[in-house]
Amino acid sequence: MSLTLFIEQILNGLQFGVMLFLMAAGLTLIFGVMGLINLAHGSLFMVGAFACATVAAATGSFWLGLVASLAAAAAAGALVEILVIRRLYERDHLDQVLATFALILIFSEGTRWVFGSFPLYLDIPQLLSGAVHLPGGAQYPIYRLAVIGVGIAVAIGLYLLIGKTRLGMRIRAGESDREMIGALGIDIGTLYTLVFALGAALAGLAGAMVGALQSVQVGMGEPVLILAFVVIVIGGIGSIKGALIGSILVGLTETLGRFLLPHFFGLFMPNSEAATIGAALASMLIYIVMALILAFRPQGLFAANA
Amino acid sequence: MKKLIAASLFALSASVAGNAFAEPVKIGMITTLSGGGAGLGIDARDGFMLAIEQSGNKDIEIITEDDARKPELAVQIADKMIQSDKVDLMTGIIWSNLAMAVVPSATAQDVIYLSVNAGPSALAGAGCSPNYFNVAYQNDNFHEAMGEAANKDFKKTFIMAPNYPAGKDSLTGFKRFYKGELAGEVYTKLGQTDYAAEIAQIRASDADSVFIFLPGGMGVAFTKQYAQSGVDLPLMGPAFSFSQDVLPAIGDAALGVKNSASWAYDLDNEANKTFVEGFKEAYGRLPSVYAAQAYDTANLILSAAGKASVKDKDAFRAALKEADFDSVRGKFSFNSNNHPIQDFYVREVVKDGDTLTNKIVSTAFTDHQDAYAAECKM
Repeated sequence: MSLTLFIEQILNGLQFGVMLFLMAAGLTLIFGVMGLINLAHGSLFMVGAFACATVAAATGSFWLGLVASLAAAAAAGALVEILVIRRLYERDHLDQVLATFALILIFSEGTRWVFGSFPLYLDIPQLLSGAVHLPGGAQYPIYRLAVIGVGIAVAIGLYLLIGKTRLGMRIRAGESDREMIGALGIDIGTLYTLVFALGAALAGLAGAMVGALQSVQVGMGEPVLILAFVVIVIGGIGSIKGALIGSILVGLTETLGRFLLPHFFGLFMPNSEAATIGAALASMLIYIVMALILAFRPQGLFAANA
Repeated sequence: MKKLIAASLFALSASVAGNAFAEPVKIGMITTLSGGGAGLGIDARDGFMLAIEQSGNKDIEIITEDDARKPELAVQIADKMIQSDKVDLMTGIIWSNLAMAVVPSATAQDVIYLSVNAGPSALAGAGCSPNYFNVAYQNDNFHEAMGEAANKDFKKTFIMAPNYPAGKDSLTGFKRFYKGELAGEVYTKLGQTDYAAEIAQIRASDADSVFIFLPGGMGVAFTKQYAQSGVDLPLMGPAFSFSQDVLPAIGDAALGVKNSASWAYDLDNEANKTFVEGFKEAYGRLPSVYAAQAYDTANLILSAAGKASVKDKDAFRAALKEADFDSVRGKFSFNSNNHPIQDFYVREVVKDGDTLTNKIVSTAFTDHQDAYAAECKM
């Protein structure tokens, strides 16, 4: 195993991590501010990918598709918040889980109704195709580097938004005491819709960027949603910083586990068996990490409301 | 004299009715119509229905239900179909894990099951049944064909499949006929969509070629990422990853990929021409291998129902076993374990006008049978 391969795998882990961060950031914001468990977050990821694929196919431009994915996911998020979610804030978590699970089914069947069951085509833009040479002789796809760049930019943007702006101040206030900021005369309804749309837009952006790498199909959001939940549980529910650290931790654990464990078992057993056992253990690894972290820090690494 | 006239009138009326069966046939079709992998089930259903429509036969009743790729749901539907709908035949399951959940109990209740796709090894060997007919293939077959074909050009192949029973069958099948070395053997998570870590390992290995078995969305994701990565080793796999249902989503990244199957749309025989033209006209898209297999299954049932009453199980099984129908795959017959003996081809993804599709480039096996037939005692 060479150093260049190792560097490449670390970059892969980072890229996977920042993609998860885009999902987890929205999820944790919504939970932190509104106390809502939103299972339909994966559907917004799917909406972003389908919007991007459709607009890119119609106009030939990935960039217009990307804009469309942000707009479509934010619009879908705002609409869902106003029509459905708004009625759930006062209810307990079980009702929220049931209602947002219903939303998953509605989004999935609706998308199948409109777009059919076959995956759609979406390719990376010409500008970002190809690979670059990294120091040390490693090669890495430009598009994946760009995804890392976007993820970092979003993390900085969110940090500034929440730490330095009036809207951010309200979001923080909402996290610590919902009733009080309502009493102070802030239109809490609009604030909730905004936060929900912001989270949805981030999920849509992730969906569009990932859609160009993977396959744009119905149900693509749910596997990512599960990992995003793992991330926010590890990072601490409601904390953006926790979501960032948690995402990168999960991304690196997942990627390096998949890569290193079969090699490790290969040291003392036949290759074919090592590959099977390594793969099986690698798919459990992030859940083992999650269990360990929860055993020592039940609130997660950076709990917001601890 | 009166008797003779009556008899000839009866004979005449029978021949006028033409394709009326001795007994109406009730078929239960369980397939995947929603969720991930719905494209496969929809193609199978459409292929099956096309054959029934083309036959113009009114004596067939088909009950179609969606299993959403969930074994527990498939079992419930099967129970309902057997107990309350009282179906004579069952068919339609795409996935091997669902087939394993449904088929053994259905055949034990003396319902005849005809597989349009799934062919787990457990049902081909010791677990075979006179009530189970596989019209598609045994799971290992496509991979065996690719292993055999790879011997010609490659010495060192990197092989990869998801970590589940059909994935292991796949790599076992490939290795059964491949004589070269392995540059690496990797099992991925089922449903995995990001393959950057695996592609990095392929890049770092000294492989001269890559074999993958990644059906549905997994294959779309891998092939696109592989093309973007700048690794340019030849890619090959069974038809599942490069079938007509996923090619439009992969795009040009799939061009030139070699894949193995028992069927391609350009296979030169009359039945296939009727099938491909009919499918395009009825559904406005090109058929996939799943549609072809289901179309054959329906025609097999039609042929048997024309010969024997479905209520007379022994006669009906014998009529099925004759495989007296025009297969879109050309030659087709059943082995001792009710699995097909057929030819396997290597296809290449090409561009026909604006449409990506597969063309046959060579024949990997002639009259190939599966490795488990000898273990089947019936």
